[in-house]
Amino acid sequence: MLKINNLHVSIEGKKILKGINLEINPGEVHAIMGPNGSGKSTLANVLAGREDYVIEEGEVTFFGEDLLKLSPEDRARKGLFLSFQYPVEIPGVSMVNFMKTAVNEVRKYRGQKQLTASEFLKLMREKKELVELNSDLASRSVNEGFSGGEKKRNEIFQMAMLEPKLSILDETDSGLDIDALRTVASGVNALKSPQNATVLVTHYQRLLDYIVPDYVHVLYKGRIVKTAGKELAFELEEKGYDWIKKELDEEES
Amino acid sequence: MAETQNHILNEVTQGEYKYGFVTDIETETIAKGLNEDVVRKISELKGEPEFMLEFRLNAYRKWLQMEMPEWAHLKIPPIDYQDIIYYAAPKKKAQLDSLDEVDPELLNTFNKLGIPLEEQKLLSGVAVDAVMDSVSVKTTFKETLAEKGIIFCSFSDAVKEHPDLVKKYLGMSVPYDDNYFAALNSAVFSDGSFIYIPKGVRCPMELSTYFRINAAKTGQFERTLIIADDESYVSYLEGCTAPMRDENQLHAAVVEIIALEHAEVKYSTVQNWYPGDKAGRGGIYNFVTKRGLCKGESSKISWTQVETGSAITWKYPSCVLMGENSVGEFYSVAVTNNYQQADTGTKMIHIGKNTRSRIVSKGISAGFSDNSYRGLVKVIPRAENSRNFSQCDSLLLGDKCGAHTFPYIEVGNKSSIVEHEATTSKIGEDQIFYCNQRGISTEDAVAMIISGYVREVINQLPMEFAVEAQKLLQISLEGSVG
Amino acid sequence: MKETVATQNYTAVEDITGLYQSNTELFLEGSPDFMNDVRGKALDDFVRQGIPSTKDENYKYTDLRPVFEGDFNVFPSYVDQEIDFLSLFKCDVPKLDTFVILTVNGWYYQRNRNLDLPEGVIIGSLAQAAREHPELVAQYYGKQVKTGKDPLAALNTLLAKDGLFIYVPDNIVIEKPLQVINLLRAKNDSFSTQRNLFIVGKNSQLKVVFCDHTLSKKKFVSNKLTEIYVQENAVFDFYNIQNQHNESANLNSTFICQKASSNIQINTASLHGGVVRNNLEVLLNGEYAEANVYGISLTDNKQHVDNYTHVDHAKPNCTSNQLFKNVLDEESTGAFAGRIHVWRDAQKTVAFQRNNNVLMSANAKIDTKPQLVIDANDVKCSHGATVGRIDTEALFYLRARGISEKEAKLLLMFAFVHEVIAQIRVKPLQERLDELVDKRFRGEISKCHKCMFDCNPKSLK
Repeated sequence: MLKINNLHVSIEGKKILKGINLEINPGEVHAIMGPNGSGKSTLANVLAGREDYVIEEGEVTFFGEDLLKLSPEDRARKGLFLSFQYPVEIPGVSMVNFMKTAVNEVRKYRGQKQLTASEFLKLMREKKELVELNSDLASRSVNEGFSGGEKKRNEIFQMAMLEPKLSILDETDSGLDIDALRTVASGVNALKSPQNATVLVTHYQRLLDYIVPDYVHVLYKGRIVKTAGKELAFELEEKGYDWIKKELDEEES
Repeated sequence: MAETQNHILNEVTQGEYKYGFVTDIETETIAKGLNEDVVRKISELKGEPEFMLEFRLNAYRKWLQMEMPEWAHLKIPPIDYQDIIYYAAPKKKAQLDSLDEVDPELLNTFNKLGIPLEEQKLLSGVAVDAVMDSVSVKTTFKETLAEKGIIFCSFSDAVKEHPDLVKKYLGMSVPYDDNYFAALNSAVFSDGSFIYIPKGVRCPMELSTYFRINAAKTGQFERTLIIADDESYVSYLEGCTAPMRDENQLHAAVVEIIALEHAEVKYSTVQNWYPGDKAGRGGIYNFVTKRGLCKGESSKISWTQVETGSAITWKYPSCVLMGENSVGEFYSVAVTNNYQQADTGTKMIHIGKNTRSRIVSKGISAGFSDNSYRGLVKVIPRAENSRNFSQCDSLLLGDKCGAHTFPYIEVGNKSSIVEHEATTSKIGEDQIFYCNQRGISTEDAVAMIISGYVREVINQLPMEFAVEAQKLLQISLEGSVG
Repeated sequence: MKETVATQNYTAVEDITGLYQSNTELFLEGSPDFMNDVRGKALDDFVRQGIPSTKDENYKYTDLRPVFEGDFNVFPSYVDQEIDFLSLFKCDVPKLDTFVILTVNGWYYQRNRNLDLPEGVIIGSLAQAAREHPELVAQYYGKQVKTGKDPLAALNTLLAKDGLFIYVPDNIVIEKPLQVINLLRAKNDSFSTQRNLFIVGKNSQLKVVFCDHTLSKKKFVSNKLTEIYVQENAVFDFYNIQNQHNESANLNSTFICQKASSNIQINTASLHGGVVRNNLEVLLNGEYAEANVYGISLTDNKQHVDNYTHVDHAKPNCTSNQLFKNVLDEESTGAFAGRIHVWRDAQKTVAFQRNNNVLMSANAKIDTKPQLVIDANDVKCSHGATVGRIDTEALFYLRARGISEKEAKLLLMFAFVHEVIAQIRVKPLQERLDELVDKRFRGEISKCHKCMFDCNPKSLK
């Protein structure tokens, strides 16, 4: 469904991604790992359509269509979902109003009928349970006053509501205690199907104990330098990133 | 605790003014009063070319039609402009070519002020222009600077030696008719400093002017002009003191800065004019116009001021951000005590695209004083993506003083962001208690809290002066804190 | 519709003076001495100050001289007209049970129905109250108004004949809000003067909702002055919903004097109007009083809205909050001038003020001057002002969830002004205003707007 070919990206003149190649098919779970500053979050944000980045080279297709041409909202409507590393607080915009607008816009785009208020509330109740999001969303503004764990659960809740084809989870495990991590992971697992795919962007291996990837990619200095099965994650956990850095820096010199 | 506080407050605010002595030196003055002949006489005494006289006369004629500004939050007693001497110069033997020719009494004066004019005694990194009453007494390190093509001399010398530069830039930032006091200055200014930094030159030392009012009944009207050519850098500092007198003396200065492409000028002031006595008698009226033009692309002008002196201060060092990507900064600490009044702040005028400005103002009022921040941030419609942030805080150290904040924000561009924040409070009793609990006396706690409060501004000063400024603050507030 | 007309043809101060002098009897007729005796000084004060222009520091960003250009009818006497109450009830806030009364062209509408009010409460015509209870009215009338320093107040005092009078005696809580539908309707361009006086007694509570509307496509200038006295421990809410057409000038002056432990909320929503100037002065004249002063304006076309507030902390231990938000689109301009003045010895004052603005178009402009004048030291005072654009991070977040850019912007703008609306202490009114704002942003306001008048200025000309 997603094909990334030789993607080069810079921000404010600084090159971050230097030739990414990646293919993701329905039913797959990919983990993208790498040390801080390797470009993991940049990749996630570029795919979602954040404007600050400049595409220097390369192409990305999503179900055969040029993804980079699409507005962020059209990418979302076509089924691309980004779980943000730092979900922004939006005071004054209630969760219910926000989610209702989003769900109905996405449904409209997909040619599905609009949900009535009661259908929507029913759906919300159902999906909230999935991630054990107990708070009274009706009275709260988007992410405002949410704890770190609540924010991440809220992201997965939104994922459940929007039913994406491809979910990119950007450091969804960071800042979570073990219980929250388990909840979030079980939410993600419950939403998995042969028709959709998941990309886990993470620094640590521990999320991968709960969501088992089919492929693990290591991103370093803007390139994918290693791809293997889930065993690679264990190796990284054990040895850290230094051995890869060393290996590569030796190659370079 | 309140009582202890008041006691310490008194101690801190009742520090004596250390610079109140008078130098006994023969002074050449012209008769008091102001008319066209006086303007001509000043120009003649200084042996000025025609364009200077014309500039002065234009200003004088304009000034006659203007009225003293009344919008400031100040109570200014009427000023009799005919009762002021507009020109006073220490009598000199001849040309001051070498230090030997400087009157030893003058050298003494500056020594007493902590400004030795012998180069070997000076801080090695600082060149000084010393101005007493109306004229420049001595400029140090002139030759060293000349090697790099830097011109640092008295305004009078600049008029004689670099008339083309003066003619080109005089009045560019502050036109002769800019405001009442600028017009007055333009008509009668007697001396000041002139600086030109050539293209690509980074001035190797701090340049500094020390202003001293000595003669009685005189006004001081100096004018400073700084031109930073493309890709140059200079840091400049001015200091000032005056004797203690019962009368009020007028100081109406003008400072003009022009920064060309990629040039940077850092202008620091430690203003310590005589503030008057505890009952509000005497002191300097400090009515000053300072403006920098960021004319070139990516140029930067930064104003830092520590204002502790003067009976009344009326002063708004400003930046006109014309060049794209240019930057203006204003860092200010203004302290008023006893019956001092200050109305000071800045103007940031965003004209070019992507211009940035930052304002940090820290007011401290004690005694019966009034301390106002007044500022303007203006973004014109074509100044896209401009950005301003202003933080204006006021600290009140007594229950008979006032702290006021008057920002004006005018934005006509939708892509720009302007943010202004201001707070007014006294020193928190919980903060003092916290310090007390850790064994720190209330007096020390207050001093610490104040020094923390002004740190962001003081840090902008060149190091040698930051220490000086800290001390000055402590002295100005000695006894006032509690 | 019968309409008596005093005089036309004035363009400036001299014309107003002339109008008054040649019709003095009409202006004096029916008013008690305490209203008439102050007209002379008001005339002098007005002539001396003239029509406010940008030369006046208090009007630095609003020139009212163009507003006064042209010929206007004025109304020194009551003009009866038939107004269809039923159609106006549609403009009523749903679910909101209110006492409804009308004022028309500055005058109390004489066909207002009797309200079922607690004993001792007076809600009615100022002119009538001044005749029937001269001592009560005289005790308060004009006491807060400094005509020597305020040209609009001088002009109002000069021409004042009628308006709304409210008197709530001590210890009476009126739960049901009073809704005043304040109409301008005339055959010709008109200048109206309205003088209101509210007194809320000790321990009493009152909520007043003012809805300003224009019912005919004429140029209107209305100069409204409201004096409010809030006594010890009283609670008073004053909501203003300004929805006049864009050829009108809505000039409002509100003066509030609060006694100890009283609590007020003023919330002004400027949705429509050509030139709107809201002068608001609050005097906290008793300890532990609290004033909450809020406002929003949504402007487009060539509208101009200027909020001028002045909160005076005269006594210790008082609290005040000011929050004003403006969203400016197209060629509209806005201004805010807010002052907190803490008097000497008004210790333990807590005073906040905030003004946030969003410019939506390249030609919109905002000028703001928040001010702190602090003469006591044991205070917590702060103010902040921002001019900015929509938060780009939030916009991206919303778009990444499939919400279109346009819709996302609307949501964010709505959230921006909702902070002010959320303060309203009458829930149905809050909801109604949210709805009005939403529709206003979507450009649908003229459809929902039941004042029989299409507000879209393009159709006006």
